[in-house]
Amino acid sequence: MGFDAEPDLGAPPVRGEAPMVIATIDGRPVTVPAGTSVMRAAALAGGSIPKLCATDSLQPFGSCRLCLVEIEGRAGYPASCTTPVADGMVVHTQTERLKTLRKGVMELYISDHPLDCLTCAANGDCELQDMAGAVGLREVRYGEGASHGALPCDDSNPYFDFDPSKCIVCSRCVRACDEVQGTFALTIGGRGFGSKVMASQDQDFLSSECVSCGACVQACPTATLTEKSVIEIGTPERAVVTTCAYCGVGCTFRAEMRGEELVRMVPWKEGKANHGHSCVKGRFAWGYANHAERILEPMIRASTADPWRVVSWDEAIAHTAAEFRRIQARYGAAAVGGITSSRCTNEETFLVQKLIRQGFGVNNVDTCARVCHSPTGYGLKTTFGTSAGTQDFDSVEAADVIVVIGANPTDGHPVFASRMKRRLRQGAKLIVIDPRRIDLVRSPHVEAAHHLPLRPGTNVAVLTAMAHVIVTEGLANEAYVRERCDWDEFQDWAAFVAEPSRSPEATEPLTGVPAQTLRAAARLYATGGNAAIYYGLGVTEHSQGSSTVMAIANLAMATGNIGREGVGVNPLRGQNNVQGACDMGSFPHEFSGYRHVSDDAVRGQFEAAWGATLSAEPGLRIPNMLDAAVDGIFKALFIQGEDILQSDPNTHHVAEGLAAMECVVVHDLFLNETASYAHVFLPGSTFLEKDGTFTNAERRIQRVRKVMSPRNGFADWEIVQLLANALGLDWRYEHPSQVMDEIARLTPTFAGVSYAGLDAHGSLQWPANAAAPEGTPVMHVDHFVRGKGRFVVTDYVPTDEKTGPRFPLLLTTGRILSQYNVGAQTRRTDNVVWHPEDLLEIHPHDAEQRGVRDGGWVSLKSRAGETTLRATVTDRVAPGVVYTTFHHPQTQANVVTTDYSDWATNCPEYKVTAVQVSPSNGPSDWQTAYRQLTEASRRVEAEIPGAAE
Amino acid sequence: MMSPAERLIYMANQIARNFEAQGPATAAQATADHIALFWDPRMRAHILEILAAGGDGLSPLAAEAVRLLHARQGAARAG
Repeated sequence: MGFDAEPDLGAPPVRGEAPMVIATIDGRPVTVPAGTSVMRAAALAGGSIPKLCATDSLQPFGSCRLCLVEIEGRAGYPASCTTPVADGMVVHTQTERLKTLRKGVMELYISDHPLDCLTCAANGDCELQDMAGAVGLREVRYGEGASHGALPCDDSNPYFDFDPSKCIVCSRCVRACDEVQGTFALTIGGRGFGSKVMASQDQDFLSSECVSCGACVQACPTATLTEKSVIEIGTPERAVVTTCAYCGVGCTFRAEMRGEELVRMVPWKEGKANHGHSCVKGRFAWGYANHAERILEPMIRASTADPWRVVSWDEAIAHTAAEFRRIQARYGAAAVGGITSSRCTNEETFLVQKLIRQGFGVNNVDTCARVCHSPTGYGLKTTFGTSAGTQDFDSVEAADVIVVIGANPTDGHPVFASRMKRRLRQGAKLIVIDPRRIDLVRSPHVEAAHHLPLRPGTNVAVLTAMAHVIVTEGLANEAYVRERCDWDEFQDWAAFVAEPSRSPEATEPLTGVPAQTLRAAARLYATGGNAAIYYGLGVTEHSQGSSTVMAIANLAMATGNIGREGVGVNPLRGQNNVQGACDMGSFPHEFSGYRHVSDDAVRGQFEAAWGATLSAEPGLRIPNMLDAAVDGIFKALFIQGEDILQSDPNTHHVAEGLAAMECVVVHDLFLNETASYAHVFLPGSTFLEKDGTFTNAERRIQRVRKVMSPRNGFADWEIVQLLANALGLDWRYEHPSQVMDEIARLTPTFAGVSYAGLDAHGSLQWPANAAAPEGTPVMHVDHFVRGKGRFVVTDYVPTDEKTGPRFPLLLTTGRILSQYNVGAQTRRTDNVVWHPEDLLEIHPHDAEQRGVRDGGWVSLKSRAGETTLRATVTDRVAPGVVYTTFHHPQTQANVVTTDYSDWATNCPEYKVTAVQVSPSNGPSDWQTAYRQLTEASRRVEAEIPGAAE
Repeated sequence: MMSPAERLIYMANQIARNFEAQGPATAAQATADHIALFWDPRMRAHILEILAAGGDGLSPLAAEAVRLLHARQGAARAG
């Protein structure tokens, strides 16, 4: 794929159905939907009207006066961007008068623009330069005078510069911030000649409200807003479309390259998940791929007390295979297992679980979804019949009521949050159910109709109280339930939720949610039109995570909000390929496509394909593996792209389990925290260095394309194949497409998926098979996958993690916009300027009681452990609740979290930990000991010159 | 920190408690099904040993579920 700038039709398409109209533009007939602008119609007809303030990602603005046209029968020279095509309209885009007018406009623009094109970073990629050429501007008659040429450049943002001397005040950046991102951080200040783009209250970009999504940079037609990487490297010479490796939104980007050097990532307008938008992580935070701490050679050591020894790939693979075989021979087959990565591709996770099942002969394989969305899999499979969300992201545009439960989309899923905010600005109503006052509760032009600030751990009680209101006030959609669901189960459920003890009034003392607020929210959800629920880890990471997912499903079925656009139950997946890792058979009890290992017919298909006898018994989950290790019977673990020491709960217990093993293999980009307990380190490849697919939160399978050679020598799928063959398997994959072909042969929901099909369609949402060759944007349209929708009685069971005199506060954890999960990637980028450390949010009342001051160091202590970090005093959290992130190993928030987990899936209860907070003068004992451990553990044996001879 | 046995007893009780609202008979079956579907053989064997040793710590519902599990495994062996 060579480098071509994406086509820009100048104005967005008409939304929805519209009658077609026919016009003649420059003698060419063109048929377009009514409402289409003349500019877009001209572009569709193959023409190109000069423009500066118009672009097809933004609504027409009509300010630059360059896109003027003549229309027969109409006076004047209307702007083509703001003029809709009418049937029979005859348009001329190039006349003598228009040429004169445009040249005059351009002359005025250029009279106040630096003439440094040859040394400008945008040389060759500048619309102003292009337009000067397009209108034939050959001279500027205006002499010396007032100009903006001396305005200083704002280089405060780590990723882009703002040079106002090159600004033409077209407002594209301001409109992009408003319309696309929805942050409203930019404005045009001043009047007339004094007009200028301002960030927040005329601040520099870094200290402003700007969230660095890059929409303004992308929209800028000049070099005013330019990526620092372009300034440093130059303009790209080719582009490859690939998929972001950060969150579960799955944005597609054009990786714009010069040779094998990545110049910039630009969100792809054709991307069906992101439609040309991005966030600070995907757009800019890819520098970790070249970070100095990246490990590029394999290393082994006999003991974790030893320094690492760099070895060849052959030695590392042979050593690993020998260790796993030795351990299985000594301790039994079940003494080993593996963990697949939600950061790796579908093909790679499929191969890792195949390695464990076929190569090791056990089902001891699990994935990081264990600690995030495993309750989603359980809950939605139980109620609907499949372990996935019901909608595509586009569906939000048809939602009338949006419910956000236990999710913080503006930080965790920012690109989807922007689309959600756009729908809210159009008038959809918002209900937020969250202990914190997240940004969505009130931000520019968005305000929740209802915020239910529930006490952590009471999700089921709140959702059951909402169900109580819906049932007792007669708001259930009986016709839908009778047709689509099991009526008897509905009646049992309805009787259960209707009991007075489950009313909002009865449960208010334990949930903390005012009964009238809850009643109003329930009524709005049930009667407000299309109602869609979006949820995150604030739902799943509880001792009743699975119950909460089923309670959500109950609400959606009871109100008929499943099976069409604008409604649904939508888990916002945390990592880029959580959905895919689950789909690929990463759980210890099921093969790809969510089929239990005890199903003889299914297992027989895999046995025939793989030529091996496979176990019919479920294997160990991650916490079970760690328990078994502490118990002395689990001895070896292969971990791909996951840092369980930092991400999993109760760090002490994780460390104890890892330390009890004889061979821990970490396959990753960096010596992560888990690697402190590893015996083998296999360097991994980044998403830029390999081919494959990711599946996002809307079940959309998208291509990951290699844009540069793997710096470590191999793509991750190749490394797993090396290990498989060292174990005696005979794998002969030459390309990940062959792995996908195998997945398709063995997985009914993927039967119609191939690389050729993905290239043809751009992406596919599973199920993609003979019944749905184009994929499935919305599930359960005519019937549920399981047949009748199943109502499940979800009784509220309080967590066993109790507050008391020693630990009176409740800690809940989450993530922030600029950082990603354990921070392995984002901490190694300039994103640290926004979030250099984890902070503890504490309510002013609780802070005052404890003598905690804003910015001061505090001890955060639970029954599991203790850490220290700095405090932020804020009323975003309710009294009695504290909040922190888990991005930094120096803090290790999971030292504090406990072993309590979801009853059905063992998903940890990260969101409820009883803690005490007190002022502190120094690091905790754990932090001191841990720092010493990691320093010792990361030693690498010095190479002795000439030793090889 | 729980011992391995305490951990399994806690898990079985927690599963049973969450099925309890479905009524005792259904809940015991559902708990047994859940353990059969999601626990590895060693964990299942261990919880059966705990029951055989008196089942101390198991809730009545969890104990009934483990008894059902035991009966099923016996039937499977006999079959």
